[in-house]
Amino acid sequence: MASINQNLHHDALPDFRNLGVILRVLLIVLSLCLFSALCQSENWAGAFNQFLSIVALVQPALVLSLVILWVLAEWLRKLDYARGIAVVLLLEVVVVMLLYRAGQAFFPGDQFGRLEHYCALALTSTALILYYFHLRSRALSPALMEARLQALQARIRPHFLFNSINAVLSLIRQEPKRAEEALEDMADLFRVLMADNRDLSPLAREVELTRQYLNLEQLRLGARLQIDWHIENMPGEALIPPLVLQPLVENAVYHGIEPNSEPGVVSVNAYKVRDEVHLVLRNPYRKDGTHHVGNKMALANIRERLSLHFDAEASLRTTLTEDAYQVHIVIPYRKLAT
Amino acid sequence: MSRNANTLRVAITDDEAPARSRIRDLLEDCAASMALEVAGEASDGRELIELLQTTPVDVVLLDIRMPEMDGIEAAQHIQKLAEPPSVIFTTAYDVYALKAFELHAVDYLVKPIRLRRLHDALSRVRAITPLPLDVLQKLAPEPRGHLSVQERGRVILVSVEKILYMRAELKYVTIRTAEREYLLEESLTRLEEEFGNRFLRIHRSCLVARNHIDRFERVAEEGADGGWVTILRGLDERLPVSRRQQHVIKEFGRL
Repeated sequence: MASINQNLHHDALPDFRNLGVILRVLLIVLSLCLFSALCQSENWAGAFNQFLSIVALVQPALVLSLVILWVLAEWLRKLDYARGIAVVLLLEVVVVMLLYRAGQAFFPGDQFGRLEHYCALALTSTALILYYFHLRSRALSPALMEARLQALQARIRPHFLFNSINAVLSLIRQEPKRAEEALEDMADLFRVLMADNRDLSPLAREVELTRQYLNLEQLRLGARLQIDWHIENMPGEALIPPLVLQPLVENAVYHGIEPNSEPGVVSVNAYKVRDEVHLVLRNPYRKDGTHHVGNKMALANIRERLSLHFDAEASLRTTLTEDAYQVHIVIPYRKLAT
Repeated sequence: MSRNANTLRVAITDDEAPARSRIRDLLEDCAASMALEVAGEASDGRELIELLQTTPVDVVLLDIRMPEMDGIEAAQHIQKLAEPPSVIFTTAYDVYALKAFELHAVDYLVKPIRLRRLHDALSRVRAITPLPLDVLQKLAPEPRGHLSVQERGRVILVSVEKILYMRAELKYVTIRTAEREYLLEESLTRLEEEFGNRFLRIHRSCLVARNHIDRFERVAEEGADGGWVTILRGLDERLPVSRRQQHVIKEFGRL
């Protein structure tokens, strides 16, 4: 019997358009240059000069490769892993050969080493980098599974569940129609909560889920809970990690609305700027508010899942002002493959 | 209105209207088999205390998590009433409180409340002994938002935010707001433990509100006590800092 882990894991090339991946490649190549410079010289000054000359030699190949990989990323993703590797290695050889010829053409006087030597260098370092990404994805694959578990943990508080059931019970005698609607909302909400939440989900669906959740909260809190939606320009097709918006709104209600007897406004803002999706949530906040720990845990959970899905390209920022608390999430814009 | 002495007068306290209406429905169902009436409803602790000042109540169904004043704090203030009603806590989900309730055998009901459970709890109510204050204090994880003062048979709630200083005097503690003074039957040490974040000890017998401190001043003619006084915003009084506590002046300046 195959282990769960093997079942879920499939090898794939890294996403060459991801900022985190690009930075890692740069960092690895520069470290290799530094290592080589340190090996070849006896003092710091010598090593530094050596480092500069190696970087000058490596830089064009590195930048050109990254640009080509960035362009080919979509296509590479469709290949299977073995072919992808072959293509990347072949690409490196082509890049080195091109630059070698160009070097000879533009600087005819300079001394060049042998082409095979440069090709071998490029191939070994590329293989090293690909191996690193292979190991990294292996290491993160249980983490991705965990992301699903964490999504489950980030789900609705029992506090909300029991209070909502209680609210629905109170409606059954006087307003059976509203009780029916509330139970339907609840069923939808729990269907999503119990689904496999590993894959990214369209923003429009997440907003709908959050709406259903808020309908239930409104039932309990009545006029105390006011919601201000700013989603006219939201990119509904954009893919975001599931159960990010709803738990954040739940936090906003739990910490911003429930502790006050006066009405308060939770505002939800979703929009797209260039290639980024922005989600901004605001709720009133009183400094002496309690239940801080839970809030931090939910945020840490969401932060972790964002970085599992998007590495360094997604961010979550919280701001606390005199009377309001704001969470601002930025996610790279991706949409459903058609 | 006909009401015999055995009728149980019940007050409902919950910040959520549907939760109150649910309990009302259940109480109506209970009324079929026992003598009871709904004496009133409140949506937070403060409202409940107000209600209890004017209306006789035998038992309070008290939600724990409420804005303004939570149920556990309200229960503490209730104990100062001349004839405190019995308290049955209600909560949807509160791991911490439920554990504590079990530990101290405090009566509670989990929401959604079952008719039979409510019925049982109400039939037992006359046998329930009043909740000891120290147990309630153990249940409250956070400092109270109000202090309760007994005056002429009434309970007055003083918001802790409004208190400028607290001073121990013989058997009582005097608490001072911008408007007036109150006498409180609690120990200053206990108050300092609970409100240490908000109040600063400037003297063996005096705690001042940190956010009301305007400045410290040296007074030459002040004799034995080393000559420093605290000046609070919105108050003419000058409160001496004891020699032993003079280090707080420096520490406060650093904040």
